[in-house]
Amino acid sequence: MSRSTALKFFSCGIALYCLVPFLWLVLTSLKSSAELTAIPPTLIPSLHWGFYRSALKDYGLLGYITNSVIVAGAATLITITIGSLAAYSVARLRRGWTNVYLMLLLAISMFPQIAIAGPVWSLLDRFNWLNTYQGLAAAYIALSLPLAIWILTTFFREVPSEIEEAALIDGCSRMQALYRVVLPLAAPGILTAALLVFIQAWNEFFFALIIMTDPNVQTLPVGIALFPGEYTMPWGEIAAASTIATVPLILLALIFQRGIVRGLSAGAVKG
Amino acid sequence: MSNHAGGLIAALVVNHLCKRFGANEALNEISFRVADGEFCILLGPSGCGKSTILRLIAGLEPSSGGEIAVDGRRIDSLPPRERDIAFVFQNYALYPHMSVFDNLAFSLRMRGLSKNDIDRKVTEAARLLEIDDLLRRRPLALSGGQRQRVALGRAIVRQPKIFLFDEPLSNLDAALRATMRVELARLHRRLKATIL
Amino acid sequence: MRSSHRLAFLFMLPSFVFVALFSLFPIIDSLRLSFYRLILTLPWLGQKMVGWENYRDIWQDPVAFQSFKTTLVFVAVTITFELLFGLAIALVLNETFRGRGLMRAIVLIPWAIPTVVSAQTWRFLFNDRYGLVNFALFGSDSSHYLAPLADPHFALFAIMVAEIWKTTPFAALILLSGLQTISDDLYEAASIDGASAWQKFRHVTLPLIKPALLLALLFRTIDSLRVFDLVFIMTQGGPADTTNVLQFYGYKKTFAEGMVGYGSAIAVVVFLLCLILSIIYLRILKLDRIEGSAP
Repeated sequence: MSRSTALKFFSCGIALYCLVPFLWLVLTSLKSSAELTAIPPTLIPSLHWGFYRSALKDYGLLGYITNSVIVAGAATLITITIGSLAAYSVARLRRGWTNVYLMLLLAISMFPQIAIAGPVWSLLDRFNWLNTYQGLAAAYIALSLPLAIWILTTFFREVPSEIEEAALIDGCSRMQALYRVVLPLAAPGILTAALLVFIQAWNEFFFALIIMTDPNVQTLPVGIALFPGEYTMPWGEIAAASTIATVPLILLALIFQRGIVRGLSAGAVKG
Repeated sequence: MSNHAGGLIAALVVNHLCKRFGANEALNEISFRVADGEFCILLGPSGCGKSTILRLIAGLEPSSGGEIAVDGRRIDSLPPRERDIAFVFQNYALYPHMSVFDNLAFSLRMRGLSKNDIDRKVTEAARLLEIDDLLRRRPLALSGGQRQRVALGRAIVRQPKIFLFDEPLSNLDAALRATMRVELARLHRRLKATIL
Repeated sequence: MRSSHRLAFLFMLPSFVFVALFSLFPIIDSLRLSFYRLILTLPWLGQKMVGWENYRDIWQDPVAFQSFKTTLVFVAVTITFELLFGLAIALVLNETFRGRGLMRAIVLIPWAIPTVVSAQTWRFLFNDRYGLVNFALFGSDSSHYLAPLADPHFALFAIMVAEIWKTTPFAALILLSGLQTISDDLYEAASIDGASAWQKFRHVTLPLIKPALLLALLFRTIDSLRVFDLVFIMTQGGPADTTNVLQFYGYKKTFAEGMVGYGSAIAVVVFLLCLILSIIYLRILKLDRIEGSAP
């Protein structure tokens, strides 16, 4: 087998591996009820939007989407803002303990959720922030900050400090130099970090499950997990909701794949 | 451009300047004077602290002792932007996301000059350095020699009291080095500037 | 520049506050709670300090022991296959061929899918009536269809399949970035020295991707120790506790049964496990650096 045919063969295999399960889900969402339960399974569905309608009307899908957008959006904005400030400081401070700080953040990001879930719940309960957007967003901000700061620091370090110094000499205060010179140059990295934080917040399940018990404020993952089924699972609706939950993420991942890969492996190569 | 009549007050006085990096003493009681309009060169083996001295004068690092005075006024507690000093970095440090025009205009904008004043000064400096046809370009699209001139232009446009050049010749090949020497000498003559 | 130091600390303060409030203090609080008997559903019992009793109970609890075993099996198996598949995918993606960019994008898709969606997808794939897996194995003969998720022998296997599918791309990406740091010159030199493809792999590729491999190992170990979403959606810890991984067990005890003290003790055990493993990995990673085989 020549090299290029072998490569094509393997690539097809890999593509199938990655695509088939999700494709099956999407196809399922477009089936009619009869096609859903058919044996052998229907491979090509008639483009039937019944499940989508039902998911939106009877299962409150729109509400879940709204909640997810609000919580994930707010968490991302705040995380990136305060994370950028912290990352900028870490990148510019020439002390040995900045590496310790980053290592500490890495260690914190590895805490198992269950280890902090109970006290976080109590904390939010004390402020009456359970079942509120700000409560879940606050938890997400804390959970995403380590990752965000790690990635942002890498990108801030790539902005040569001399350019910043030139700005200081040219008449900028530290804040002005940050705003006019550093941020524009670090913008692609900031965007990547924002994307990764958003995806993480959008997909998060554990804390959403614990903190949001009121269906009116539940986010999409919780909604999809808890779609009620008395005797039979509403697979069609689940498939429809899942597709809607996932397609935006896939689009984002495809558009920004270069940056995402860079961001994810930022730790791997530099260490 | 910015000369005072007579040269009795030295433009730059460095007195007992020290700099420590942790336990490492980089500079130990350095003192010297640069007269007004003088072209002064710091020579020494690499790593002996030449860049450090320049950075201290510019205010990019805090000193560990000693004083720095410009035109009789102590500046060592001032931030870089209040020292009226221009610094040309070894790697030019041009703003990659701005056009050449904006690179030159940046410091003037920070000072709040009017658009007309800015236009005037930038075009004047650009013509002096023969880069006026490059004003719309980005630094990445320029050759090494052109970038060098933009870096010079950025410094000139501010009409500072003192010009600091950090290793202006070390990055260049032999041909460019020769041209750069001539450029610097020409600038010194034309601007009657104090150069270190 | 004293002021710039002050500014730096000011900049780092908000982040520190969030992380301290929601991560550092809670972990200490969990530790504290693990020494108490606190059952939310029996509030009249109050909060009694019982010292190491919760930990002794865990030690003697057969469910806890099985949970521990299940989790370790899960971690070991999934990581092995993720790294093997991931390495294979990374090796393919490292070659230049037409459509490589598209392939890289496709490989990102399982990573981009929410775990909840992935869990539901695989739950549906393993369904005992309409599942694609059953159809693939037995065709239209539905009388032979299996119900893997309800079978104590297969449930864990099914969950592992779902996990491996979803997380292999992440491992592949990390390994790929490691592969890309190996310059072609080394392979060319090896060719000139007479090395076969396998020898090149063994003596050039493998040693030089060790840091990336260790890093992927570290991240994946910690993440798979924390598996929860899959279990919650696909099996709820059953059947017969065969998929009752540690984090799910802790969740059940704390939030479903309200046994906060006991649940906290489990949480602390999981935390210590993560901590010890990450320290071991980081030590190995550092040793690797010092020995000079890493960049």
